[in-house]
Amino acid sequence: MTALLTKLLGRLPIGWLQLKHNKSRLAAAIAGVAFANILIFMQLGFLGALVETTKLPYRPMVADILISASDANTLSDGSNVARQRLYQALAVPGVADASPFYLGKFDWQRDNGTTVNFQVFGIDPTKQIFKDPEVDKARAQLQLLDTALLDRSARNIEPELAASIDGGTPHRFEANGRTLSAVRTFSIGAGFEADGYLIVSDQTFLQMYPQRTAGAPTHILVTVEPGVSPQTIVQNLRSAIPEKDIIIRTVEEAAAADEAYQTTERPVGVIFGFGVIIGVLVGLIIVYQVLSTDVADHLREYATLKAVGYKQSFFLSIVFEEAIILAIFGFIPGVLFALGLYDVLTSATGLPVEMTGIRAVAVLFGTSAMCLISGAIATRRLAGANPADLF
Amino acid sequence: MKLFNKDITQTSTAALPADQQGPIRIKGLNHWFGSGEARKQALFDIDLTIERGSLVILMGASGSGKTTLLTLAGCLRDVQDGSVQLLGQELNGADENVLVACRRRLGFIFQAHNLHESLTAMQNVRMGLDVHGPQARKDWKAPASHLLNLVGLGDRLDYLPGNLSGGQKQRVAVARALVGNPDVVFADEPTAALDKESGHQVVSLLKRLGTERNTTTLMVTHDNKVLEMADRIITMEEGRIVKDELPHR
Ligand SMILES: Nc1ncnc2c1ncn2[C@@H]1O[C@H](COP(=O)(O)OP(=O)(O)OP(=O)(O)O)[C@@H](O)[C@H]1O
Ligand SMILES: [Mg+2]
Repeated sequence: MTALLTKLLGRLPIGWLQLKHNKSRLAAAIAGVAFANILIFMQLGFLGALVETTKLPYRPMVADILISASDANTLSDGSNVARQRLYQALAVPGVADASPFYLGKFDWQRDNGTTVNFQVFGIDPTKQIFKDPEVDKARAQLQLLDTALLDRSARNIEPELAASIDGGTPHRFEANGRTLSAVRTFSIGAGFEADGYLIVSDQTFLQMYPQRTAGAPTHILVTVEPGVSPQTIVQNLRSAIPEKDIIIRTVEEAAAADEAYQTTERPVGVIFGFGVIIGVLVGLIIVYQVLSTDVADHLREYATLKAVGYKQSFFLSIVFEEAIILAIFGFIPGVLFALGLYDVLTSATGLPVEMTGIRAVAVLFGTSAMCLISGAIATRRLAGANPADLF
Repeated sequence: MKLFNKDITQTSTAALPADQQGPIRIKGLNHWFGSGEARKQALFDIDLTIERGSLVILMGASGSGKTTLLTLAGCLRDVQDGSVQLLGQELNGADENVLVACRRRLGFIFQAHNLHESLTAMQNVRMGLDVHGPQARKDWKAPASHLLNLVGLGDRLDYLPGNLSGGQKQRVAVARALVGNPDVVFADEPTAALDKESGHQVVSLLKRLGTERNTTTLMVTHDNKVLEMADRIITMEEGRIVKDELPHR
């Protein structure tokens, strides 16, 4: 290590030798940086899971364009859309099809005592709404009243139940006073707002939610003709349906807007973002503490070096050397520990808390920057001082 | 005997003007510490010129201003009033770059050794060389071990300061101050931590540098045993030079 650093730096690696000399301080510093890393990774993990699960229900949609109420910030909030818009949309050239999309919530109280919080999708079973071939195959069954497709990736759905349903044994359960029959499964997965998803026909949906009417779906799904750009059709739809109570976006745009809303305007997203900042601050303070103590402890030595003509940049490079070493040495246990915690979280919550290469690299660079800033602050004391005043 | 085979200071000193009339020339130097009510004058109207290659000893009671004078002459403190010319360079009002260039031609030995606890004796001495640029950084081993041999630590090259006695540490500091082949050495009670013999050794080394390399030394000491080696003895009292004499030999 010393030889490698000597080669890299072209000078004696004083920073490393100093860190190595005081082993307990080095261990504490590494633990501190690792702790800050874990904190940041956790918050980023939650934030990533929020982003990922927000996009989940948009991804399997066949539709290109979503017509929603103008007050809809996410897929599930906002007012309903008048069915009349559906016919207006169908009249626009380039539109291949348009169908209603109903959304509701349903808490499944299971016999085993658990509750599964479902987001219910009501769809027109005569049309392909989801790309998933399993869902597509089950459309005929869905046309029967009170049948449902069950999200096997939902929280608290045991694999045995899903296997039995897909093996041909429908699962009957009570839903809003009706007896539904789950005839097949599909997969989307749990999010922050729902444990999973349930797909039913529009007819079944309206039976489950008597207060909802066929005249007011939650969204209208629009598919465009092959070879036509959805962007163009969005423009055409906007001029054909200029009413202010609706908003017309491609599915990607709607997903992106939902993500932005979840991460920047909803408390969970803001808290996770704030957590990242706290992690960075904790790291800054720990590293600053370590480096400034180190500078203070070696003030006389540095002053002696300053007295024979070493410049401020030299002292800065020593402290930067220490900062980078701490950043890297703290990152390694930090990322390993975070990986373990991600696994625990994923199995405990069913949320997709996953490490990505980009996130790991970003945190490593972020930590290094954090350590460098701390180092720069820690050496300020040396900068303007007369060597004689440092002894 | 040849102490140094390279003029390693050349690169950093080319910009400095030549010093013809003595490496240290002080005129009308006053110095104050503190401000407002607490402002207190530590030096009064000091005039002093020191010849090249001489070993000058500075004596005086505690608080008489010896360290203050030494640090002002050695670029370690900003000059407030009067003129200090070091190696031909006026220090009053000089900017940081000039000070850095000046400092690279100096060696310092302080009462405290100020060694890096994490560096070996050799590595500590190396720090006195590394400041002189890439060439010095490359060829550091021979001069560093040579200097440590000269101060009697040839068998302790790779010891950490923690494993050396106080006197041995001080001798490492001496080697560090001298390894860069300085034009002027400033020493503030360098022998205080040394036993009689090694104290004598260090001073004779400085003396020999004066004769062989024309190195100028300004040294504060209370040690009567080394007075006889001085070329000149200056005595201070309450911030003033009160005596300037040759030693009794
Ligand atoms: N940093 C400082 N701040 C305020 N006053 C100072 C400072 N350094 C020195 N002084 C004062 O200046 C005067 C001269 O101090 P100086 O250190 O030069 O004495 P000295 O001759 O080196 O003494 P000693 O033999 O004890 O080392 C003293 O009165 C001292 O109190
Ligand atoms: Mg003193």
